[in-house]
Amino acid sequence: MLIIGERINGMFTDIKEAIQQRNPAPIQEWARRQEKGGARALDLNVGPAVEDKVGAMTWLVEVTQEVSQLTLCLDSTDIQAIEAGLKVCRNPAIINSTNAEREKMEELFPLAVEYNAELIGLTMNKSGIPKDSDSRLAFAMELVAAADEYGLPLENLLIDPLILPANVAQDHVPEVLKTLQQIKLLSDPPPRTVLGLSNVSQNCHNRPLINRTFIAMAMACGLDAAIADACDEALIETVAAAEILLNQTVYCDSFVKMYKVR
Amino acid sequence: MAVQILRERSRGAVQKVVLGATREEGGTRSHTVTVGGDTALPFHHFEGEVSRPMLAMEVQDVVPDWPQALKNCFAGVLNDPGKWAKKCVDEYGADLIYLKLEGASPEGANKSIEQCVAVVKEVLEAVGVPLIVVGCEDLSKDQELLAAVAEAARGENLLLGNAEQDNYKSLVTACLAHNHSLIARSPLDINICKQLNILINEMNLSLNRIVIDPSIGGLGYGIEYAYSLMERVRLGALQGDKMLSLPVICTIGDEAWRAKEAYAAAIDYPCWGDELERGILWEALTAMTMLQAGAHILLMRHPQAVAKVREAIDQLMNDNSY
Repeated sequence: MLIIGERINGMFTDIKEAIQQRNPAPIQEWARRQEKGGARALDLNVGPAVEDKVGAMTWLVEVTQEVSQLTLCLDSTDIQAIEAGLKVCRNPAIINSTNAEREKMEELFPLAVEYNAELIGLTMNKSGIPKDSDSRLAFAMELVAAADEYGLPLENLLIDPLILPANVAQDHVPEVLKTLQQIKLLSDPPPRTVLGLSNVSQNCHNRPLINRTFIAMAMACGLDAAIADACDEALIETVAAAEILLNQTVYCDSFVKMYKVR
Repeated sequence: MAVQILRERSRGAVQKVVLGATREEGGTRSHTVTVGGDTALPFHHFEGEVSRPMLAMEVQDVVPDWPQALKNCFAGVLNDPGKWAKKCVDEYGADLIYLKLEGASPEGANKSIEQCVAVVKEVLEAVGVPLIVVGCEDLSKDQELLAAVAEAARGENLLLGNAEQDNYKSLVTACLAHNHSLIARSPLDINICKQLNILINEMNLSLNRIVIDPSIGGLGYGIEYAYSLMERVRLGALQGDKMLSLPVICTIGDEAWRAKEAYAAAIDYPCWGDELERGILWEALTAMTMLQAGAHILLMRHPQAVAKVREAIDQLMNDNSY
């Protein structure tokens, strides 16, 4: 299970200010803390407020790479910002994201192939997030077909079936779990799966409990990666235990510690 | 339309472990031996790197309690460990010598630490190949004995054994202090195997100095348990589990010759056939099974079993990639 640390995001005030002032300290501090917590990739999102998204993304990649070797997940709706980030990434990156809309896929799949990057594909189009599993799956199939068409290896495609907050879209949660199971049947080798985990508990009470319960359920349905709070110790412990219970890694007494340091 | 051939691609590799040290490296070996480095299942050349398994032959510091047929191969040298080791290397082509200091056992010859250390030195003098040295399996005697051996053979990069769950700290300390590698032995239990590697590694002995002895069963005596355990170890290594990514050593000779089927006289069991041939085959088949399960070092006894297994390894190492 790959945890992609969510914290370097311009939606958070400290990161927003750091980007505005080009102050690397908070970025680098969060990079270190998330890695220590158990993240093995870091999401980088300049946030909606920044005007020069290209410059900000380039800077974020550069200052993060000064302190971390982790895979970077370039999170932007602006394709120029993503390409600028890819140009300065030392290691193959993850592009976050494309949806299943034709014009978006035509741009982002070739970009992923060109930079040997992994690509997150969202199971939605212009009209928004579908309500049921079947419609999500139809978009997932379009993403798989696009990978084949543009020559992106299927193991480099991460499909995100899109989870919504449990308090406003409770009926979506089982649909997402069902979708996770079925995505694995779409191809051989199957595509990988990812979720923006914390979204499930947006504006809910006791968010950590909801997050860690959901991640264990999603892992049992085939979740491979999550953009999540890597500094939530109970969450990471849950992931480590779930890996053992799913027989994905061989048990040893130090299983939590081993999850964090691997 | 061309068929796309799918190959398993591994995320991890088995750690390479170097045994022995030459003069330039602080030892006296004529050459070093490297085990591990695999990036595929055993002999799947078509999916990745396959390392050549190494054959070690057993030498003891006392005349062993072995079946006569086996002892006959070493007639005249059984009470001289140096000559015995030399015969294994020069005549029988052993890649490594596995020196078992059985004579130290308080239940047996109860030799002194000094006497045992002298045997290690004698064997180091007699042969140029790297050495694997283990104690007598008496906990307190071994602690003192292996520490003394480690010190006396400083810089030789011996493979010392055995470190076990309840008794690993002193051996790790000795290996760190005097530059040796060690065998981490677990009782046919993959969870303990992994945890022991973690504990040893936490004492700062790097992973490229650890070899796993998973404890095998001989042919007919639980070999299938060892097989499935070693299979999981290799799969774990290939999936990137660093604490399972270590070369595996198997006590073939010990387990095979312990079986009644290997040594019982033909006169008592006429339908079992000639006991000499039977013993050799029992050992060779035990070794062959472990090779297929992913063994890197085979600890063996009978020269003819060694020859048969070497021939098989030669064939298995032919590239079968397509």
